Amino acid sequence: MTQTDRLLPVNEAIERLERQIRAERRDGALVDPLIVGIHTGGVWVADALHRALDCQEPLGRLNITFYRDDFNTLGLHPQVSPSDLAVDVDGRDIILVDDVLFTGRTVRAAMNELFDYGRPRRIALAVLYQRDGRELPICADWAGQELNLGPDEQIHVDGPDPMTARLVSSKES
Amino acid sequence: MAVKFVRPKIPKFAPDPWAIQFDEKGHLRHLLTIEGLGPQWITRILDTAEGFVSVTDREIKKVPLLRGRTVVNLFFESSTRTRTTFELAAKRLSADVLNLNLATSATKKGESLLDTLRNIEAMQADMFVVRHEQSGAAHFIARHVAPHVSVLNAGDGWHSHPTQALLDAFTIRRHKGDFTPLRVAIVGDIRHSRVARSQMHVLNSLNVGELRVIAPRTLIPTDVEKLGVRVFHDMREGLRDVDVIIMLRLQRERMEAGLLPSEEEFYRLYGLTEEKLAWAKPDAMVMHPGPANRGVEIESSVADGPQSVILEQVSNGIGVRMAVMSLCMSANRGENA
Repeated sequence: MTQTDRLLPVNEAIERLERQIRAERRDGALVDPLIVGIHTGGVWVADALHRALDCQEPLGRLNITFYRDDFNTLGLHPQVSPSDLAVDVDGRDIILVDDVLFTGRTVRAAMNELFDYGRPRRIALAVLYQRDGRELPICADWAGQELNLGPDEQIHVDGPDPMTARLVSSKES
Repeated sequence: MAVKFVRPKIPKFAPDPWAIQFDEKGHLRHLLTIEGLGPQWITRILDTAEGFVSVTDREIKKVPLLRGRTVVNLFFESSTRTRTTFELAAKRLSADVLNLNLATSATKKGESLLDTLRNIEAMQADMFVVRHEQSGAAHFIARHVAPHVSVLNAGDGWHSHPTQALLDAFTIRRHKGDFTPLRVAIVGDIRHSRVARSQMHVLNSLNVGELRVIAPRTLIPTDVEKLGVRVFHDMREGLRDVDVIIMLRLQRERMEAGLLPSEEEFYRLYGLTEEKLAWAKPDAMVMHPGPANRGVEIESSVADGPQSVILEQVSNGIGVRMAVMSLCMSANRGENA
């Protein structure tokens, strides 16, 4: 097994995301959005966006452990920190943020959890990297970078300070 | 940052009787007693409970984790608080719950415990929550259940009440953080208390600074020093510099058995009044597993006072039981289990 790494640009991807969200906010399609990050990597990206977009309300954090669809096969995932959504989500526009969009299962779980807090007006999805391999009909509204990867390639995001992203490819040799 | 959980090594043919609590891979399957869990499992349960307590603060207090599972409350001894919090915990995990009050039903008709068990297993139960007046009842059931079934001890005789001790530790941790500098005093009928026994095991596992028991000689078990506690018979001495005071319920049967002269005498010497509370640290927290006898072991104004966390213990009990249920139901599964 050989492993090769390639660094992915993080700051450029965050800036691209930020520009796209700003443009949509200018168009009036996004009203006073609430930023919610998915633990762990998504919270780091959300935190960067939260600062860049100058949002007044506190950043929301979701831990989707209790909403995963693999409890029957894998059991309970080890805990990170609990979800923390201080602001009422009813009728609000929410920007849901994750680091990598892959199968779509994490986003499905996060949306289910959000609805247990209330009924948002709109949920939009912002991801740092959107890759292929979707298993559910889910697509990001904004992506910092699009990637087409091979079956043995993965994106590893580390953080929070500094945030780095690596493309890891492991091939049987 | 995610902290990697290191599973404690359990030898396959462990000589200790608590090994039955773990599956072949060393994952918690039954919770029968605190002994054998070790600080890592205890901490993992408390950390998991933090996540569930945050769920109970929301408008919809339910998560879909145990959808399709069936939890059966087998109560051979009556209980209100423990049974309802177990029931609520299971419901908030989206499991189906069956409450069997066996103190009044099948066993009175002469059905053996094992027959009762087989019948309920045939209803596709995934978890039994057992309360029994005999010590060791939950162990007995755990030894005989089908391989996919988990057993939680909700109190057996004078032996053990692990979820109560865990929720007490959880409540202390939320207020005080680290256990190592803390002085904790358990006051009252230590001898007949399964709660006290489990609390001592939990607090010692978490490396509490100093553990004290305060009670008359007749209510202290003979070998209590072996559990690593300091024994006091005087409240003024015992409460000095204490951070946490845990009061235990005094049962009236003890008076009838001649272990105590009278309720009034006990209250005068050991009842937690405002006056006695002042002997502990000014920020000492007051706990009680409930139901509290006001005017017997605790003064009303103390039970309802600013230092009391008695009602918080009840709410925390739901999150801690959700954590234990979901962790035990993860046994015999994949890599996280």
